[in-house]
Amino acid sequence: MTAYLKLDHIGKTFTRGSASTEVLRDIRLTIDKGEYVSIIGHSGCGKSTLLNLVAGLTEVSQGAVLLENQEVNAPGPDRAVVFQNHSLLPWLTVYENVNLAVSKVFSGRKTRAERHDWIMENLTLVQMAHARDKRPSEISGGMKQRVGIARALAMEPKILLLDEPFGALDALTRAHLQDQMMEIHARLGNTIIMITHDVDEAVLLSDRIVMMTNGPTATIGEVLDVPLERPRNRIALASDRTYLRCREAVLKFLYERHRFVEAAE
Amino acid sequence: MSLPATKSDVVVAGPFKPRSAAIVPLAAQPRRFDPRGLAIKVAQSVLPPLVVIAILLGLWQAAFSGPDSSLPPPSEVWAQSRDLIVEPFFVHGSQDIGLGWRVLVSLERVAYGFGLAAIVGVLIGALIGQSVWAMRGLDPIFQVLRTVPPLAWLPLSLAAFLDSRPSAIFVIFITSIWPVIINTAVGIRNIPQDYRNVALVLRLNHVEYFFKIMVPAAAPYIFSGLKIGVGLSWLAIVAAEMLTGGVGIGFFIWDAWNSSRLTDIIVALVYIGLVGFMLDKLVSFLGALVTRGTSSN
Ligand SMILES: Nc1ncnc2c1ncn2[C@@H]1O[C@H](COP(=O)(O)OP(=O)(O)OP(=O)(O)O)[C@@H](O)[C@H]1O
Ligand SMILES: [Mg+2]
Repeated sequence: MTAYLKLDHIGKTFTRGSASTEVLRDIRLTIDKGEYVSIIGHSGCGKSTLLNLVAGLTEVSQGAVLLENQEVNAPGPDRAVVFQNHSLLPWLTVYENVNLAVSKVFSGRKTRAERHDWIMENLTLVQMAHARDKRPSEISGGMKQRVGIARALAMEPKILLLDEPFGALDALTRAHLQDQMMEIHARLGNTIIMITHDVDEAVLLSDRIVMMTNGPTATIGEVLDVPLERPRNRIALASDRTYLRCREAVLKFLYERHRFVEAAE
Repeated sequence: MSLPATKSDVVVAGPFKPRSAAIVPLAAQPRRFDPRGLAIKVAQSVLPPLVVIAILLGLWQAAFSGPDSSLPPPSEVWAQSRDLIVEPFFVHGSQDIGLGWRVLVSLERVAYGFGLAAIVGVLIGALIGQSVWAMRGLDPIFQVLRTVPPLAWLPLSLAAFLDSRPSAIFVIFITSIWPVIINTAVGIRNIPQDYRNVALVLRLNHVEYFFKIMVPAAAPYIFSGLKIGVGLSWLAIVAAEMLTGGVGIGFFIWDAWNSSRLTDIIVALVYIGLVGFMLDKLVSFLGALVTRGTSSN
C-alpha cells in the first residue's frame, strides 16, 4: 500500500536578493490515512514552514509533496489549515466565517438547506452553535480557535493541518480543546498534522511524534511511535508507563540532544 | 447577588486538593432608559456651542454696527435675507429659488462626481495596492496630483468637455479621487497575510477575493479616503460653480457678489458649512456602519 501523504525529500531555501537561507533539508515522511501526527521542535526551526509547504502556501525548493500519489503544489481546501492565530475574518459572524468556506467548497454539490445543516453540524461539533451570530471580536480566544477548527473541518479536507492550534490558550481551555480534538478525530477519522510546542499535548493526541532538529537547515531528527490505546484519558495516562516513556523520549530529544541554541547563524 | 455557576468538565490538578473548576459568567448589566441622564448628555454637547455662537454673534454685532462698517452685522443679515434663512425651499421664478434647492442642485453634481470618484478610486487603488511596483511608480505621481487645487483643473476640463455641467462634475471627480486611490491602495497593502492565506486555501477567484476579502478588510482605509474625498468635492463644487454658472449654491454666491448682496452671501456660507459638515458626518456614519467588525478588532 502506498502512503496517503508523502513528503519526498523536501527542502526549502528562502532567497531574498543575494541572501539565501536553507530552512529545511531532506524531509522524508509518510503519513497514513487517519493518522494523527504531531510535529515538535524548538521555536524558529521551521515547523510552520513545513506545514505551509504541505498546505501549498509556500513553494518547495526541492522534492515534492504527494497526496494520494498526486503532487500538490498549490493551496486547496483538501488541505485545510487552522492557523497559529485563528485568522477568522473579523467582519463576518461565526456562522458567516464557516459559511464562506462551505459555500465555496460545496457550491453545486449541496443545496442551500444542506449547506446550512452542514455549517450547523460543524459548529455543533466544536460546541459553538450557540455563538453563531457573534463576531470574532465578541468571543474568547478558545472559542475563536474552535470556530477556526470548525471552518477547517467543514471543508471536509483530506488532511487537516493545525499550526499550534492551542498555543495561545490558557491551560484549562487548552485541555478542554485537546479532549474535543481527540473526540472529533475518533468520530471522523481525519488525517491530522499538528504542530505543537507542548510535549504533553503531542504525546496525548498523536499516533506519531515527528521531532525536528534545530535550525538553520533543520530536518527530521527522530520519529516516535505512541502506542497508546484510544480513547485516551489524560488522568489515567498521567501515571501510565508507556505515556511516561514517550514523554521522556521527547523531552530528552528536545532538551538533551537538540538543546535550543540562541542565534545559531 | 448570587450568580449562576456552570460546572465545567475540566479538572484542575493543583498542588492542593483537586477541585472542579467553575466558570462564573458575568451577568450583563441591565440597561434602563434614563431620561435625566440623556437630557444631561444632550445639554453637555449642545449648550457649549450655542453659548459660543451667541457670544460670537454679539461680538460681530458690536464690531460692525457702526454707520461706515464694511460688512453687515447679524441684525442686518436677518433683516435683509430673512426669506433665505427661514424658507429654504421657496420658488419664485426660475432664477429666484430657495437656498435649499440650490444646495440640492450642487449635491446632485457632487453625487455624480464623487460617486464616480469613489468607484473608480477604489478599483484603481485595489489594482495598485496589489503590486509593489505599481505602488512605487504611481504613488509619487498621485501625491503630486493630489495637491493641485480644484480650480486649476477647470480650464482644462472646460476645454475637454466644452460644456459647463460635465466640466464641474469632472472637477469634482478629479479633485476627490486621489485620497480614495491612495488610501485604498494602502489598505490593500495592509491586508494581513492570514486573510490572504484563507483565500488561497479556499481557492477564491479574483472577483470573490475582491468582494469577500479585499473590500471588507480595507474598508476602514477606504472610508478614511472617502471622507477626505467628500470634503474635497464639496470644496470643489462651490469653486467650480462660481465659474461655470447654473443654479448651484456656488453660483449663487458669485451672483450675490455681483449684485452686492453681502447678507445673502453670509447666509449661503452658513448653508455651505452646514451641508459640508453633514456630508462629512454621513460618510463617517456609513463607514462606522460598514466597518463595525473590522475596526474593533
Ligand atoms: N518568508 C520567509 N523568508 C525568509 N525566511 C523565512 C520566511 N519564513 C520563515 N523564515 C525563516 O524560517 C525559519 C523557520 O520559521 P518558522 O516560522 O517555520 O518557524 P517555527 O518553527 O514555526 O517557529 P515558531 O515555533 O516560533 O512558530 C525562521 O528562521 C525564519 O526566519
Ligand atoms: Mg510557527
